[in-house]
Amino acid sequence: MNHLSSETFGENAKAALADSHLRGALKNATSLFGERRKAAAASLPNWEDLRSEARAIKDDVLSHLDRYLEEFVGNAESRGAKIHWARDAAEANSIICDLAAESNARIVVKSKSMTTEETHLNAALEAAGMQVVETDLGEYIIQLADEPPSHIIAPAIHKTRGQIAELFNAELGMPLTDDVARLTSTARATLRDRFAAADVGISGVNFAIAETGTIVIVENEGNIRLTTSLPRIHIAVMGIEKVLPRFADLDVFLKLLPRSGTGQRLTTYQSYITGTKRQAGDEGPEELHIVLLDNGRSRMLAHPVTRQSLACIRCGACLNACPVYQQVGGHAYGSVYPGPIGAVITPQLMGIEKSAQLPYASSLCGACREVCPVKIDIPRLLLHLRAEIAPRKGKLSERLAFKMWAQVMMRPSLYKMGAVVGRIVQRFVPVAKAWTNGRDLRPIESKSFHELWSDE
Amino acid sequence: MSGENYKIGNRQSAIGNFMKVSLFVTCLVDQLWTSVGVSSVEVLRRVGCEVEFDKRQTCCAQPAFNTGYLDEARPVARRFIEIFEESKADAIVSPSGSCTAMVHHYPQLFAGDPEWLPRAQAIAAKTYELSSFLVRVLKVEDVGASWQGRLTWHDACHGLRDLNLKTEPRTLIRNVRGAEFVELEHADACCGFGGTFSVKYPEISVAILDQKIDAIERAGVQAVVSGDASCLMQIGGRLSRKRSKVKVMHLAELLSHR
Repeated sequence: MNHLSSETFGENAKAALADSHLRGALKNATSLFGERRKAAAASLPNWEDLRSEARAIKDDVLSHLDRYLEEFVGNAESRGAKIHWARDAAEANSIICDLAAESNARIVVKSKSMTTEETHLNAALEAAGMQVVETDLGEYIIQLADEPPSHIIAPAIHKTRGQIAELFNAELGMPLTDDVARLTSTARATLRDRFAAADVGISGVNFAIAETGTIVIVENEGNIRLTTSLPRIHIAVMGIEKVLPRFADLDVFLKLLPRSGTGQRLTTYQSYITGTKRQAGDEGPEELHIVLLDNGRSRMLAHPVTRQSLACIRCGACLNACPVYQQVGGHAYGSVYPGPIGAVITPQLMGIEKSAQLPYASSLCGACREVCPVKIDIPRLLLHLRAEIAPRKGKLSERLAFKMWAQVMMRPSLYKMGAVVGRIVQRFVPVAKAWTNGRDLRPIESKSFHELWSDE
Repeated sequence: MSGENYKIGNRQSAIGNFMKVSLFVTCLVDQLWTSVGVSSVEVLRRVGCEVEFDKRQTCCAQPAFNTGYLDEARPVARRFIEIFEESKADAIVSPSGSCTAMVHHYPQLFAGDPEWLPRAQAIAAKTYELSSFLVRVLKVEDVGASWQGRLTWHDACHGLRDLNLKTEPRTLIRNVRGAEFVELEHADACCGFGGTFSVKYPEISVAILDQKIDAIERAGVQAVVSGDASCLMQIGGRLSRKRSKVKVMHLAELLSHR
């Protein structure tokens, strides 16, 4: 299975750069998403106000998360939902596996959920003997290919149409075709049958409304509607930060999320689920379980600088806008959440030991901050994480180099001398191979500006 | 007219008037691209400024700050503040959006430090990038430059997104006599430099850069102009490697050209 590690980001990226299929697919998809987002944002006169409003709501939620969660839980329970608190991924998975086992489930259908990717739920369910079927088309494709998602909202963004045709040919026995409609209808036919047979449906959550106990999920394919309504049991998994105070708060988020993600004004489906069915004959599952996952989030919440990373609504806009993501794609990051926001939240969720390279996987250009619908200052967070990583995990040579650098910059005499030495060194030695492999190096001037000023 | 008798930003035109400016040339320009410094002085003098240069200056501390070495960045930043506090100049002007943005980040570097935070804020408030100083402060849109040929502009990221420089350099360029200005496709896309990023991940840096190079080649220009020597070294280094005829030029160099 193609599971790369964050620890080898540099190597992963080099391999990605050598993959012309990947780069072609990425270029098409990220530029299409980016242009659509731009047009969708421009179509609203008050885009900037909406961003500020959304951020203010998120800031309020994050400052009073305990209160809003209690309110949500009370209202959801009073309407028949069962609430489960999970401290970490293992706890969430064991709660869900137990629920599935108690109901004698054999087949579980899932709709797209980054939170269950974060907990690696599929592996846990399969280990417990369950057949798990991803029902989002992109997720279905990567499940067939045995790969992790490479984008927050478009998990198979790295695959070309031709690669998908070959995959369907190999896995589903379908004749090779590049007709998208035929590929899609084959997936649809296979999945319909699984929906009908499934005992349990597992979904994520986009927003959870405290005042009503409602969970809200947006999508385009209709598979979430089926996942949450056909099987007897629905299990919804959400990070604790997903709660919003009021139903009315959805207004701003439902304007921002689809526009930022795919450039749509509205997603095709929006599911509002408030508790279980009230009486026999009503539609919907008999049991609704909501799993509230912490998994490092309360630690992020406690820190005044990094708290804002929990405002993320998982739209994926920062990935599409990021020049690094555009070149290397999501798998190179070796983390469930890739791109700029992934480089920010992965070290916080997993610890910096295994993900120390990710905050450096950025030119700090700020394109991510510009497109973020909730105004997360991603470059600032990357700098904050770098400041935690560098003194502890930085290479010895780098740490020493910056100590010397500071000495030189503190003393004009050393600075002047350093320049003289630099001139000599640069003339005779190829000092910076990392630079000169792809670019010519500008020679050091024979006289510095300092010297020219004296001559004046 | 004395430099102490008026406030920055209150004047209609500086031409023929007198304003004292302290040049922060940046370490990169000092060592690798002195003509940018010389041109900056020439342009500032042409619009009526008196230019001083404090030879004790070195670096703004950005390389350490951006790589995560705050203990090394802080003393260098404090030294910058001390040196420029002594200046009687009305403004500190730099031919770099990135280094100017770094000075604007000083308050972040000294957050919670009761002694240095206010000093950092005061220095940040009087530090300007060259094009914004000319257009926003001096209200000068035409510096009397001329240059023959077709050229384009690359928005350096920190100038664009930290200092909001978008119209100012374009206004100045459009008023250069003889120059035919064309917009670059995705002018606001990063060139892939990113400081230490360019040598930590050189392959990614060059892959990003090649998108920029393609756009420049499609623009059919003789020169690409930008406000940061760092981006221009990145772009120029690749153009030169590819034996391209397109020249890189700093905005200050273009504006000083007659």
